[in-house]
Amino acid sequence: MSGVRPTRAARAGRAVVVVVALLWSLGPVAYGVVLSMRPYGEVTRDPLGLPSGLDLSAFATAVRDEADGGFGLGRFVLNSLGVAVGTVVLSIVVCVLGAYAAARLRYRGRAVTNGIILAVYLFPGIVLAVPKFVILSRLGLTSSLVGLLVVYVAATVPVALYMMRNFFLALPASVEEAAIMDGCSLGQLLIRVVLPIAIPGVVATAIYVFMIAWNEYFYALLFLVQHRDLWTAPLGIAQLGDFQVPVTVLLAGSIAVTVPVVVVFFLAQRYIVSGLVQGAER
Amino acid sequence: MTAARPAPPHTAPARTRVARPKARTGLARRENRSGWLLVSPSLAVVALVVLLPFALVVVFGFSEIRLVDIPFLGTEPIEWSLDNFRRAAASQAFWGALWTTVLYAGLTAVGSLAVGLVLALALRRPFPGRGLVRALLLVPYVLPVVAAATIWKTMLNPQYGVVNAFGRAYLGWDTPVGFLSTTSADVWGIPVPVALLVVVLFDIWKSAPLAFLFLTARLQSVPGEIEEAAALDGAGRRQILRFILLPQLRAVALLLLLLRFIWSFQTFDDVYLLTEGAGSTQVMAIQVYTELVTKADIGSAAAFGLLMSLILGVLLVGYVLLSRRTEES
Repeated sequence: MSGVRPTRAARAGRAVVVVVALLWSLGPVAYGVVLSMRPYGEVTRDPLGLPSGLDLSAFATAVRDEADGGFGLGRFVLNSLGVAVGTVVLSIVVCVLGAYAAARLRYRGRAVTNGIILAVYLFPGIVLAVPKFVILSRLGLTSSLVGLLVVYVAATVPVALYMMRNFFLALPASVEEAAIMDGCSLGQLLIRVVLPIAIPGVVATAIYVFMIAWNEYFYALLFLVQHRDLWTAPLGIAQLGDFQVPVTVLLAGSIAVTVPVVVVFFLAQRYIVSGLVQGAER
Repeated sequence: MTAARPAPPHTAPARTRVARPKARTGLARRENRSGWLLVSPSLAVVALVVLLPFALVVVFGFSEIRLVDIPFLGTEPIEWSLDNFRRAAASQAFWGALWTTVLYAGLTAVGSLAVGLVLALALRRPFPGRGLVRALLLVPYVLPVVAAATIWKTMLNPQYGVVNAFGRAYLGWDTPVGFLSTTSADVWGIPVPVALLVVVLFDIWKSAPLAFLFLTARLQSVPGEIEEAAALDGAGRRQILRFILLPQLRAVALLLLLLRFIWSFQTFDDVYLLTEGAGSTQVMAIQVYTELVTKADIGSAAAFGLLMSLILGVLLVGYVLLSRRTEES
């Protein structure tokens, strides 16, 4: 037994690794937060200095509308929120059904459909950017948030299916069998029996899907770059970087769109992580 | 509610089905129908947004089509040709981007696996505050890529970035270094691809937490008794690591390596946001974007994409074979 317990040297080594790892992971983030609270002139004059006081004006400037001398982040956030929430609703409704069938029901062709789902999960997305762009612009949807919503649902369905199937597989099947024996219909079974016990998994998947839609940049750039009033938050921040916007304002904007995502992720962290790594445990 | 009743023993449904064959086939047919009912929305989405676009990208790759042709799509016959592929194979841009991408994806895959492995091993045993440390290490992974790139760009800025300010104040740098625009710099006589390495470092920073999570999950399922038995037999710490822990991790590490390579091979956001392709960081995804948006050439962009997916397809087959073997063992 005693041989497995860490020696003093091993513990010291571990402490060093942990401190370095925390600095490496959080250092840049802390730097961004500190800079967003310093006046721009002070940053350029003394890059290594610490903030002399708490200056939150950059946040106000970032969020205010252009008409009021701001940079319109408030509207970008609303655009992002609309698309992300829409993506979550559509993607989750489709995937709850599909993932349940994939995890539980024995239907003909099940192996094939499961194979397709895995293949799609791993499929290189960039290859499809060209045809998606062409199809949606043929339909006149590339200059609208609706087009973005379609693309985001498409992008999140595979990963949501994969995660939710993992969650369903981990649930005990006996309760459902009992309900079927009692003559429960499929709809009743899903809504009254399965969903109540699967809710943590569904919420975790929903949060993960929300994060993907909230953070997405490529398609927003491809579709909406010429329509400033439709910019999502990531596109807005990236585009403003090319203009003469003070870096403190850019950082304030970045922090503002980051905080909600990080907070929500950590509330559901344990479930999200278990849904993602399930296959790695064996 | 039915769910509140105690569940019958597991064998009950099976026994009933065997006893009444008629009911069994009815049940099976109903299950078959429900299965298709539930899975059809997912399949519809997949067909509409994956299979149909893929068919189209093949068509585009083999035809002369530009952005201005979109409004007439479907009304005019397609002119088939191999020109897009011929031009790609003859162009410096294609081979350059391919090499850059392989280098970028390879370095990122190895780097994030190595960092993830060190973290997973360091945090293997419980200590006070481990849960918090573990959560904090995930922050770079959760951060929106735009926010992360904005912070890194600021850090590395030649005028007011903290890295250059520090280098000039304490390390004796004469001139600021343009980390995101320098193709190559001599460090002690060795040429170093500066911008590419910065982008790789950024991607390792962002993706190592995921490797850490997977490796931690795998480590937790290594039974403690093996280690104890080895220790009783006189194995030292290094031997335990080398002969017990690392072999257990080998399969999942290989999968992670391959998966990260596949994902990094198609990265657009990280590279584009940091450098926009400057400093010789034109990866394949940026090439596809350039062909489509800047050159307005759909056919050429589709051909680039197809060639990418050909390479990825080979890797994916490898991944599936590997993961199947992992599951069997």
